[in-house]
Amino acid sequence: MEETSVQPTHVHAPPQGFLWKHVFSLDHKVIGKQYYALALVAVFTGMFLSWLMRFHLVWPNTPIPGLQFLSKVGAPGGLITPEYYLSLLTMHGTLMVFFVLTNAPFAAFGNYFLPIQIGAEDMAFPRFNMMSFWTTFLAFLVLMLAFFIPDGPPISGWTAYAPLSAVGGDAGPGLAWGQNLWAISIAIFCAGSLLGALNFIATTIDLRAKGMTFMRMPICTWAWFITSCIALLAFAVLLPACILLILDRTAGTSFFIPSGLVVSDHLQPHSGGSPLLWQHLFWFFGHPEVYIAILPAAGIVSHILINSMRKPLLSAKVIIYSMMSIGFLSYMVWGHHMFLSGMNPASGLAFSFPTLTITIPATIITLIWIGSLYGANLRMDSASLFALGFISMFVTGGVSGFFLAQPSLDIYLHGTYFVVGHFHMVMGVAALFGVFAATYFWFGKMTGHMMNETLGKVHFWLTFIGTYCIFMPFHYLGLVGNIRRYSSFVNDFMGPLMPLHKFITIAALCTGAAQFIFLFNLVYSRFKGPKAPDNPWQGTTLEWTVPSPPPWNNFGDTHPIVYHDPYQYGVKGSKGDFIMQDSPEQATGGVAG
Amino acid sequence: MGKFFAVVLVIIALVSAYPIVTHKYAPPVDISTHGHAIDEQLADTMAEAGLAFLGAQLLLAFFIWKFSGRKEGEKVSAIPSGAKIMVAAAFIFVGTEVLALGVFGQKAWASVYFTAPAADALQVQAQAGQFAFYFRYPGPDGKFGPLHPDKIDEGNANFFGLDPANDVESRDDVVAAEMAIPVNKEIHMLMHAKDVGHSFFIRELRIQQDFVPGLDLSLHFTATKIGKYEIVCTQLCGLGHYNMKAYLNVLSQEDFDKWMKEKIAEQ
Amino acid sequence: MTVKHVFLAAFATFVAVSVTTAGPGSGTISGKITYEGTPAKPKSIDMSKEPSCAKQHPTPITTETVVTGPGNSLANVVVYISAGAPDEPPPSTSANFDQKGCQYLPHVLAFQVGQELKISNDDQTSHNIHPLAKINREWNKSQPPGTPPIIDKYDKAEMIPVKCNIHPWMHGTFAVLKNSHYSVSSDDGSFKLPNLPPGKYTVTAYQESYGEMTQDVVIAGGETKTISFVFKAKPY
Repeated sequence: MEETSVQPTHVHAPPQGFLWKHVFSLDHKVIGKQYYALALVAVFTGMFLSWLMRFHLVWPNTPIPGLQFLSKVGAPGGLITPEYYLSLLTMHGTLMVFFVLTNAPFAAFGNYFLPIQIGAEDMAFPRFNMMSFWTTFLAFLVLMLAFFIPDGPPISGWTAYAPLSAVGGDAGPGLAWGQNLWAISIAIFCAGSLLGALNFIATTIDLRAKGMTFMRMPICTWAWFITSCIALLAFAVLLPACILLILDRTAGTSFFIPSGLVVSDHLQPHSGGSPLLWQHLFWFFGHPEVYIAILPAAGIVSHILINSMRKPLLSAKVIIYSMMSIGFLSYMVWGHHMFLSGMNPASGLAFSFPTLTITIPATIITLIWIGSLYGANLRMDSASLFALGFISMFVTGGVSGFFLAQPSLDIYLHGTYFVVGHFHMVMGVAALFGVFAATYFWFGKMTGHMMNETLGKVHFWLTFIGTYCIFMPFHYLGLVGNIRRYSSFVNDFMGPLMPLHKFITIAALCTGAAQFIFLFNLVYSRFKGPKAPDNPWQGTTLEWTVPSPPPWNNFGDTHPIVYHDPYQYGVKGSKGDFIMQDSPEQATGGVAG
Repeated sequence: MGKFFAVVLVIIALVSAYPIVTHKYAPPVDISTHGHAIDEQLADTMAEAGLAFLGAQLLLAFFIWKFSGRKEGEKVSAIPSGAKIMVAAAFIFVGTEVLALGVFGQKAWASVYFTAPAADALQVQAQAGQFAFYFRYPGPDGKFGPLHPDKIDEGNANFFGLDPANDVESRDDVVAAEMAIPVNKEIHMLMHAKDVGHSFFIRELRIQQDFVPGLDLSLHFTATKIGKYEIVCTQLCGLGHYNMKAYLNVLSQEDFDKWMKEKIAEQ
Repeated sequence: MTVKHVFLAAFATFVAVSVTTAGPGSGTISGKITYEGTPAKPKSIDMSKEPSCAKQHPTPITTETVVTGPGNSLANVVVYISAGAPDEPPPSTSANFDQKGCQYLPHVLAFQVGQELKISNDDQTSHNIHPLAKINREWNKSQPPGTPPIIDKYDKAEMIPVKCNIHPWMHGTFAVLKNSHYSVSSDDGSFKLPNLPPGKYTVTAYQESYGEMTQDVVIAGGETKTISFVFKAKPY
């Protein structure tokens, strides 16, 4: 068995034929690109859904031409019904959280670069790796199927709170087969993610090249490693939760449904379940999921920033330890999503403290990023812009967390747009900025062609300013008390807020449109971009020692040997101001880091 | 490019902070006895978070301004204090903030949840169902009749599932679609969910609490200002969630007594 | 149009003609629906959560599950021939069900199996139509203001309670019937089933709260028979 040997040679034979090269490939690089492609499809679908929602919120009586063909029942005459709005909302959240924010920064780039960065030929279990992608792909198909069944997609939000999600079709459209498909899809997704996480962990522990000690791994490798440990525990809880939900829905069990519920005039045949059980299980997964999205992005940004600054971070170790403590604390804070759920009020205090404490390692990381800029020789290309934009977003999304970590403020802010603004900033946009930075940074390595820098910069400015225009006002709306997940604003207080809503919608339409610049750049550069050199950014880590794109077995028939910490920048090397990890030369006059 | 970035970032930070500093978007005026504690907590947090936000963004902008666009091969250096000062700063500033907000901030939470309602508080039962709130008062006998979910008949306005044919206590129970309460009188609200999860939120009253099916919670509060206030649902409960609302009608004691008399006559 | 369709259309026309031309020699069943006992007091409906509807009703409307009139009469009772008459193809007209002022108009809508059902929203707010069918297919759709009418039909006879999920007080009934011999009692409780060929019939009266009552009636040619149904009313 190749898997058991410490230094495997040729974990699998070079693939032959189109199908085995590009579709059912065992190559971690192809699988990484497949994850990326899936995330790309999901993110544009999710964005399109958000357009429909934003449009409907401010122009509820203007038909959207052609939408009736997508759903005759959900959008009669092109006008979105309340339930179809919630379907769009549920699918937007599910697509973005699972298929974009989990797939892109973690599964896609992790798959592609983790083995290369530690000097391995492939993942520890290439066949498992292929399985985890195709499992995830199946989950995606099952989820998307919900758009095309008569029942329509579910309307219970990406959090699928029971009993709304558990009692079935009585509770509304989309809650019969639509919700079944959702639960099945997420269960499949969990299985795929568990396989992937195990593979990442085994690969990192077992397949490091000679000289690649743990502390010599790049920060993004560390981030993927820590993230896979988090994912292993988190998805292992969501999987059984989904199974229990499916049982409640189809087998007549009552895990989440208490007795005496009358839904649509039907007394439900259940008793003894607890709606809070679902919330506990879901958020035990759900909060760590935030870090599954953001830690890989933080790792990628650190990696890129160091390269752009031409100097190491003040302390990579402190960043790694901070990431670990964030990962650890992430399991002690899930209750802050449930301050008002009817838990014992004392538990509100118990969950509040670790939540507030998590800001300490997060602040340390941020301060190290900002502090490291001092004395840098900062290169401002697209990757660098997005990395710096990430820091700005991370700060903005982080400070609003201060409010929501306090149960007393949750009494007012819970369930408002303030929450929506917070998590879109910190989990959505920040993580996507990490993905954009990674794309501009590594595209050349992955495809052999460089991306267009001018288009990249235009894309950055429109996206950076646009996302602030969209998500900053969400906080203001929340402060006034604008409730989230409303398909229409029929409340008394809404009138004066409509101009702000219109502003957000216009900003969302424009910022969304700007993403097509990125898509064009991606496709155009893939075929017409200038040829990428092996090391376009004068990087030090192992991915820059191999050709662009790397051969199927990454390092050819050689085994890299690692001599240094990953970030030997700001030194006098034979090639410039840096020394590569596999170069035996010794640094002179380095920066104190 | 770096200087441009810095300028844009400063503009974004200042423009973002402007509506907050000018209180353009603020919660409506508080009408509860406990709300001032929440408002103070919100103001304190806003000040601290606002400073952290501006401080971090402006510092980021300053460093980008200063250290970008330098010449190729220019010597790099590190901040003399190294990482230790960053770690220390995070622990000291954020740690203090955590302690301050965490410890002192619990007062507001405790004022809502860790005190018992007064013995003479007016009892009102609130029921949330897809997609309306209904309220029940015990009537002249001071007793709520028991609930029978199988008797719920909305077309017949039996929203709670009362069985007046068999339960004597139910016959005088007052059921209303608005929540009328006397001003400056403590209300002890019993919360019951008919079908799925809902939430009870009155912005002006600084009160928000989930309805959990199968778990009847209670809450107490005192309103200090006469008027009509919107009660909204804040927990996604299905297609009519956006339209799930009712009104809190805070009346003078005399007006409340009159309202109650009319309602009793209607039953 | 296939041959089958032409045949079916011809057949339908034939049946329709034969029913309407049953004129001379056909009989009529008429009568009145009343109650005995004390019915529940109608309760006033508070629509304050939907201001656009509330202002259409200067005096609040009341619940319509039991609608009484002078002389203990009962309105909104569906009277129909449940046995003795053949099943009939649906008429070409549609049965109209309107939502106006957050109220169903009519409260009880009787129509035939296969007949086009047309549901319109005259309000400025979204409504939801949720017929709680048990024999037929249950569905649940919302109808925002300004959207086209919902067109549907039912394949099997059934008394279907209808509710609006958005406005819990809105309740009504679809009476899906097998033939055209039906009547919904008017405000004075009267009903009339004309054009019945001589024969023996089972007449059923359905009231949404009180349930069903049946009577067997034999009519000869040209005869008009008067029958009455007396429901037992309960105060609660």
